[in-house]
Amino acid sequence: MITKRIIACLDVRDGRVVKGVQFVGIIDAGDPAVQAARHAREGADEIVLLDITATHEGRQTLLDTVRRTARELFVPFCVGGGIRSADDAAQVFEAGADKVSVNSAALADPMLIDAIGRSFGAQAVVVAIDARRDPDAADPVRDAQVFVQGGRKLTGRRVVEWAREAEDRGAGEILLTSMNSDGMRTGFDCELTAAVSEAVGIPVIASGGAGTVTHFVDVFGRGKADAALAASIFHFGVSSARSLKEELAKTGVSVRLPC
Amino acid sequence: MRVTVIDYKAGNLTSVLKALRHLGAEVEVTDSDFAPIESAERIVLPGVGHFAATERLDATGLTPAIRAAIARGVPFLGICVGMQWLYAGSSEAPEQPGLGHFAEFCTRFPEGQEKVPHVGWNSLEVRPNSRLLAGVEPGEYVYFTHSYKAPVTADTAAITQYIEPFASAVERGNVMGVQFHPEKSGATGLKILGNFLAWKGTA
Repeated sequence: MITKRIIACLDVRDGRVVKGVQFVGIIDAGDPAVQAARHAREGADEIVLLDITATHEGRQTLLDTVRRTARELFVPFCVGGGIRSADDAAQVFEAGADKVSVNSAALADPMLIDAIGRSFGAQAVVVAIDARRDPDAADPVRDAQVFVQGGRKLTGRRVVEWAREAEDRGAGEILLTSMNSDGMRTGFDCELTAAVSEAVGIPVIASGGAGTVTHFVDVFGRGKADAALAASIFHFGVSSARSLKEELAKTGVSVRLPC
Repeated sequence: MRVTVIDYKAGNLTSVLKALRHLGAEVEVTDSDFAPIESAERIVLPGVGHFAATERLDATGLTPAIRAAIARGVPFLGICVGMQWLYAGSSEAPEQPGLGHFAEFCTRFPEGQEKVPHVGWNSLEVRPNSRLLAGVEPGEYVYFTHSYKAPVTADTAAITQYIEPFASAVERGNVMGVQFHPEKSGATGLKILGNFLAWKGTA
């Protein structure tokens, strides 16, 4: 039976894992290669590395980081942040990523999704979408607004129609972050996740808001998520993917155990 | 242990090479040169992406070299699209023939019940006497990402359930294939690749 995936996310800046709440109060959370290996050892089903480095010099650091992180990692490894072209993607794959996640660049030029998919297969293209509910829309959830640049810039796109376009262009998965919930630890946005998951035929990874085991139970149930991503609850030894999955299994969620 | 990995430009080889090297294999890659296939001790045909990409094996003339190596008894492992290529073909690219080592045809998962592609960790029901999957216990999981699959037949080495039962591994003589990605399947995947590397073959 297919299992629900628990994905550990590492936000990386200048080659170090960082964590902040809604982009403020950022603290150093260690070396990405060490952290990724630890998460894999502790039962994470997949690792996502999101690079939030802004500078050009940082791009080379990223490739080194990806190479070091991938070296001893034998679970799926997705890398996102700053991938603007099929060439950027090729470099990240060559460094050892199995998937790339594209966000702003895909919104600016949706053909990027087609291009990466053609060269590396749909399974290698994750389209990340940052969405915030729109209280003024007829349907605040399905018509949630899509943002880029870490939530600073409105795109004019609506979440469900953009997710469908991404699928049509050959995306293999959608990584959906609720900006209303991100970093709050108050639970995933299950309505938003379900709206997107029901609208597309590809897997949806829910992100933003993980804080307790119940939040994961809800997003896999009501939220119809195929996978869920969390960063902060796995840092500093607060919890491990394994202990989370053991708790999920008790509630009847199908997960990869032992792991 | 020397392994010849065939690069037919279908996706990314890095993960497969890394896993084989991690297990101590000496890896050589060929994308058009026959010589490494003619002297191969073992062959791995990886592959992610579209079945149509296997056309390159025919265009470069590697297909007959692979066929000859298989006839010689060289242990052969196809991964994902590399497994599907061992069959007669796939409805993903009906005009492109496979090797035909296994007579059946690969088809797409039926739509409507579950999401297609099948992405994630799923379990294996291993058939008795599989050499490739020796030591894999019931309930161990491996990582899949695919929309097309091979049918369950007498040559099936493991069955996985998603929408319907399909062949997650196939094995006959020196020819083996896995639909999942052993290079991305943690300790279980490394054990399976290790079995392939340790198997002496029929040569």
